[in-house]
Amino acid sequence: MISLIGIAVFILLAPVIGGLIAGVDRRISARMQGRVGPPVLQPFYDVGKLFEKEITVANETQRFYAFSYFVFMIFTGALFFSGGNILLVIFALTLAQIFLVLGAYSAYSPYSHVGAERELIQIMAYEPMVILTAVGFYVVTKSFDVATIALFDQPLVLFLPGIFAGFIYILTIKLRKSPFDISTSHHAHQEIVKGVTTEFSGPTLGIIEVTHWYETVFLLGFVYLFFAFSPIIGIIAVILVYLLELVIDNASARVKWQFVMKSSWAIAAIVSVVNLAALYYLRMV
Amino acid sequence: MQLLLFLILGPLITAFFMLLVRSERERDWIVKLSALGIGAVTALLLLTLFDKGLLYYAFAAESTGLLMFFIEMAIAFFILYLGIKYKNYLVVSLILLQSALMLYLEVVYSPAIDVKYTLFIDQFSIIMALIIGIIGGLICVYALGYMRDFHRHNKDIPDRRNIFFFFMFAFLSAMFGLVFSNNLLWVYFFWEITTLCSFLLIGYTKTGEATRNAFTALWMNLLGGVAFALALLYLAIQPAPIMGLNEILASGKAVVLVPVVLIGFAGLTKAAQLPFSSWLVGAMVAPTPVSALLHSSTMVKAGVYILVRLAPVFQATFSGYVLAFIGALTFLIASGIAISQSNAKRVLAYSTIANLGLIVACAGIGTYEAIWAAILLIIFHAISKSLLFLAVGTVEHQIESRDIEDMNGLIMRMPKVAAMMVIGIAGMFLAPFGMLISKWAAIQAFIDAPFGFIFVIILAFGSALTLFFWAKWLGRLLVVTPARENLETRIDLNIWIALISLAGLTAITCFIFPVISGTLIEPFLLQNYGNFARLSQDNIIIMIMMLFLIVLLPLSILLPRRKHRQLKPYMGGMTTNADMSYTGAINIKREMKLSNYYLNSWFGEVKLRRIGIYLCTVLIGIMFIMAVYAGVIA
Repeated sequence: MISLIGIAVFILLAPVIGGLIAGVDRRISARMQGRVGPPVLQPFYDVGKLFEKEITVANETQRFYAFSYFVFMIFTGALFFSGGNILLVIFALTLAQIFLVLGAYSAYSPYSHVGAERELIQIMAYEPMVILTAVGFYVVTKSFDVATIALFDQPLVLFLPGIFAGFIYILTIKLRKSPFDISTSHHAHQEIVKGVTTEFSGPTLGIIEVTHWYETVFLLGFVYLFFAFSPIIGIIAVILVYLLELVIDNASARVKWQFVMKSSWAIAAIVSVVNLAALYYLRMV
Repeated sequence: MQLLLFLILGPLITAFFMLLVRSERERDWIVKLSALGIGAVTALLLLTLFDKGLLYYAFAAESTGLLMFFIEMAIAFFILYLGIKYKNYLVVSLILLQSALMLYLEVVYSPAIDVKYTLFIDQFSIIMALIIGIIGGLICVYALGYMRDFHRHNKDIPDRRNIFFFFMFAFLSAMFGLVFSNNLLWVYFFWEITTLCSFLLIGYTKTGEATRNAFTALWMNLLGGVAFALALLYLAIQPAPIMGLNEILASGKAVVLVPVVLIGFAGLTKAAQLPFSSWLVGAMVAPTPVSALLHSSTMVKAGVYILVRLAPVFQATFSGYVLAFIGALTFLIASGIAISQSNAKRVLAYSTIANLGLIVACAGIGTYEAIWAAILLIIFHAISKSLLFLAVGTVEHQIESRDIEDMNGLIMRMPKVAAMMVIGIAGMFLAPFGMLISKWAAIQAFIDAPFGFIFVIILAFGSALTLFFWAKWLGRLLVVTPARENLETRIDLNIWIALISLAGLTAITCFIFPVISGTLIEPFLLQNYGNFARLSQDNIIIMIMMLFLIVLLPLSILLPRRKHRQLKPYMGGMTTNADMSYTGAINIKREMKLSNYYLNSWFGEVKLRRIGIYLCTVLIGIMFIMAVYAGVIA
């Protein structure tokens, strides 16, 4: 079941694709705001520069957490692209995320501390929807294995329209896009400085950036599963979804964490109950 | 047979020795040797019986039954006396009612009752025995050191350690009896003993609060006891009385549904499910070893044990689904309340209630997959939770607080204990540790069951809540504060023995859980359900890879390497000193203080508990009505 090629391709190509997506993202965002924007390769220059800097730390444990975040994010994505069990993928993702939070906690700094608390709220907000997405896949395809889900010959999105919408909603949180970028963001303006990443600097921050590229690719892979019956439609859908996230990012102002939490839970509860109940009903008929 | 009797009577004999000891040295040695003995015998039980399947033992029960009845009546008189003394008339009326039922049963029906096999053992009993024997034994060893400190810290509380250890061991004895008994009258007897032991241990300090909470625990459990007695009476008045667990499982659902739901209700009270959660939270006033014992290896586990045993009856009945729903709601609500708590022991209490809720949900659904998940939950929860309680108790004696906020930067002050706490917490919610494996199993079980998607949705939301409160606690422990004095030097050796063993167990069980599942749980499921669940080979390999990663990564800290330049945290331009203090307005020196989110307005205890009590009380009513409808009318 585990395909080594999937793992190798993900580990080697994901940072390249993720970095390019980040570059295109910045370019398009700039155009939306009436600016020219940086070159598409700018994220690579940025990270390259971070790795040239001196390693300074708030404490020695910090680097361990950042590194663990990196390792487990790769683990998550590799497991996903090799066709492993999707629940296990989600659990590994949570583990990775917790390492980032612990890194922020360890610094004993007010900004990174508030960032850590908010990051936890974000995780709490999106986690149910992610699990319920996996459950939706299972109800339709009878399997939790990504490999089997991807080979399902009908468009999953038609069976899971509600769950797809719910997933897109929390994807905004996961991609750290406005209006849900409460714990840290890619924008310069942020009321808690840089939130979780405040105390990370130099190469350590570089690792976190690269981890984020891996994460983006993995998340888009998740979106792709909804359309996996046809690779071309799937890739188009992924691009459209990302563009949609960009529009949302540029068109909305950051909201309070209360709203993030309440709205994500309300949407997750409604779409999953309605969608799953409908599937059960259809099966019984 | 001899092994079973040894496990039931051995702790009891130790208990009586505990009354007689005159010096701490004597007590130390007897407790340690007994714990070792009990642990060794449970291990022997495992080695000799794991492949034998289900074994029944006949036992000359006549005189023993009578003796049990007299002890029950003596206990009833004792509780009656205390109830009158403390003017708690609820307790008085419940114990009168219960005794009247049992007296009636004994006098009128008992001659006609003949249970062929009084004792039995199967793989599930072995698992329970291991939990009780090993974890219970370790908690008793820990209690040696803890109670010594406890009385050093609390001079005003009379030192009644003889009584304390008497009841600790009596508790273990009763638990062994409970999991080995096939005769329901015996189960009931041991059930009542655990109620009594917990009551007296919770009230150990005899302060006003302790007495009050002990009585809360007592009346709730007596209510369960009344339901249990009613169930026995119902079974006894049948044309052909049914009194053996095996007979219940073998007879038709309709006949036994009402008594099984009554016993299930008793299980709900003992497992502290909503609306009966308050007794377990109140039990926190007791010394920490008591809490650890109640939460991990005894008491609440007795409640879920009986539910899991009776699960085949619940399966696919309406009452079973309602029971499962009560458990699922308890899981959701208790996890929410835990977010708002800063007292470490209360967080642990609500987390226990939540996890028991999950087990109840599995038992109510009662499919082989659900029972697989339930047994995994029982095992992993017992280990991690006892470790956490013991760690919190140890920290409490050193920093004089059990508040999570005061554990800020514990890793700097008590690195070893903090590391064990981290293991315990990780064991409760993170992949690839035990509780997460169990939750995974529960998702799989729920989704395959009819109406299961409702339970999956509740589980998804509930586990997001548990993630929040565990992770913020974890974060608080791992804050790297400016260097402080190490507080670990004064900790008693007995405490270290227990802590290290449990931390080791938490990690080891994750590695060997496929073996546990393969040799014990799967045969049990195959025997009772004709089918079994397990993780696929691939997934086990991946889990073990994750385990190795998570064990190896922290070791990287030990590698020699050059130190990096340390910078002070960003304080918005404020000048800070090495101890993270700064000069505030009008030149006052202030220390920076960080604290966690508790989201009280959303997850406040009072509000959520009220909702839970209403909902679950109504559900219990529905459960009974549907049981009567399906079992008697239809």
